[in-house]
Amino acid sequence: MKREAPQSIADYGPLFFPAGMLLVFFVVPFGTMIAVSFFQRQQGGFYTPAFVLSNYERFLTVFFGGVLGFSLMLAVTVAVCCVVLALPFTYLLSKLPRRLQVIWLVALLSVLSLSEVIIGFAWSTLFSRTAGITNILVQLGLMKQAVALSPSFGAVLTGMVYQALPYTVLVLYPALVRLDPTLMEAARTLGSSPVRAFFNVLVPALRNTIMATLIMVFIFALGSYLLPQILGRPQHWTLSVLITDQAIYQSNMPFAAAMAVFLVLVTLGLVALTLLIGRKGEKA
Amino acid sequence: MSGLVLNGVTKQFGTFTAVENVQLSVPHGTFVCMLGPSGCGKTTLLRMIAGLDDPTGGSILLDDEDITKVPTHKRNLGMVFQSLALFPHLSVGENIAYPLRIRGKSREEQKKRVDELLSLIHLAGYGDRPVSKLSGGQRQRVAIARALALSPKLFLLDEPLSALDAKLREAMQVELRQLQQKLGITTIVVTHDQREAMTMADTVVVMNGGHIRQAASPIEIYRKPADTFVADFIGSTNLIETTADNSGLASVFGHGVPGLVLPSGLQKATISVRPEDVHLTAPGNGAITGTVTFVRDLGGTIETFVEAGGKQIVAVSTPRARPDVTAGQQVGIVLAPEVCVVLKQ
Repeated sequence: MKREAPQSIADYGPLFFPAGMLLVFFVVPFGTMIAVSFFQRQQGGFYTPAFVLSNYERFLTVFFGGVLGFSLMLAVTVAVCCVVLALPFTYLLSKLPRRLQVIWLVALLSVLSLSEVIIGFAWSTLFSRTAGITNILVQLGLMKQAVALSPSFGAVLTGMVYQALPYTVLVLYPALVRLDPTLMEAARTLGSSPVRAFFNVLVPALRNTIMATLIMVFIFALGSYLLPQILGRPQHWTLSVLITDQAIYQSNMPFAAAMAVFLVLVTLGLVALTLLIGRKGEKA
Repeated sequence: MSGLVLNGVTKQFGTFTAVENVQLSVPHGTFVCMLGPSGCGKTTLLRMIAGLDDPTGGSILLDDEDITKVPTHKRNLGMVFQSLALFPHLSVGENIAYPLRIRGKSREEQKKRVDELLSLIHLAGYGDRPVSKLSGGQRQRVAIARALALSPKLFLLDEPLSALDAKLREAMQVELRQLQQKLGITTIVVTHDQREAMTMADTVVVMNGGHIRQAASPIEIYRKPADTFVADFIGSTNLIETTADNSGLASVFGHGVPGLVLPSGLQKATISVRPEDVHLTAPGNGAITGTVTFVRDLGGTIETFVEAGGKQIVAVSTPRARPDVTAGQQVGIVLAPEVCVVLKQ
């Protein structure tokens, strides 16, 4: 069915409310942030309207470049880990009887209700020397002595994957439930073992969904700033941590804004690049 | 015996028995159609032969080898699904080459076989097209070619033509049968369309309620149905109650049918008479008397509905043999003994 193009201004009526919300709660704050990123900072105080590039200049150092690189690397790693773990899990979940599926989904949703702070402290306890999981390994005779696993990169990664995994499963779930089950059966009748069929039928058939999920988890992980502080050393801090530090503890709003704008631009650039590569792959 | 043998195959889902104690042997190179109403267990039986469902009892033998426990991907069979299940991310050629790629065949070998199969299904030159750009009939043929790529021992099809329109379906039935005869491959098709079964099969297996009711050639199924279900399910028929006297001579609605003898010991039986075998004449002269209730003139055939003894009997005739009757008229019904099939109760 083809819809008629809107004729009068009144036809656009239903759009006014969401457009207004978007304007007030997204466009205006984001515009303010861009403006502030060019303002002049006043030492020990606030900032004055101006147009200076010093905030961006300060950003172009090895230190901030390194933090940006680490943030992006961490977010990509979290996204890849989440999809690699969630895809087989969600596939097996979609094969379970309906009742069990509901129980699993409710359990996953309950993880979403946990706050980042609780997740962070729970994991830091689990990774501690005195009360952590290594004590179990000692009891089992697999380790000689209990050790602290946190703070470390692995601890940060584990915490963030734990936090993002329920989202990943919930995003993949509808696509996997809708996937024609005879595709996998056909692959088996054509001589493919179930594991091979998973990789050369299910994964390629869900390429676009997997791509979208990767991007979603990547952006979700990029904003994380509590877990790296709770479970990591200062070298594991992400750009979000530095932005918070500048904005709240150093009262340097213009610099924090400049970093935030830069992060948004880099993120958008990466997402666009991913989509471009995806589209090219589709044509080939 | 070479070929496929089903030995007491049973499948239970919880307390529900989908397939019960099925015995069937399919000689090599035979075209078998499994026919039955929906829910009769025919698809479950096919899926068990493919290894997609595990039987809860019995065994499946292929060329004297027990394959009951062999996983699907090691069974050497080709299957066409009702949904076709073509891989959306692969082109026509890549779909057909998929089983060859899995077996690690070289690129040249793959290309040669794909070209061979594409010309077999009259789609030469379509190899690079995406599957989504094909028509329903073309997709059908690609699915068939993909299933045949490895020259399997068994070719299974689950309601393969149900998504096509009537005209294309009839054409594909003929094409599929010709292809099967050319390749001489043992083929099993599940269908609920009896025309399809009659067109293609060497052997029609009629199923109902998880049981095989009759397995025979199409003409035998039509001419000599084993029981009331088969008689009623295949084509249309008149099921008539008959009684026999002490010497076994049968009578219908109190009229003796000369020459029709029920098997000894039977007092009552149901007989099946195909509408084209019901003969209408003038009343009297020993014929069963009835009243014409309706005449349906379809041009090619004329169906005359006659009420006799409280039952409705349908007679079908060609335009040349049109009975000169109108509704309300009294007619005589003549049943030749050789057209009456006595059914098992």
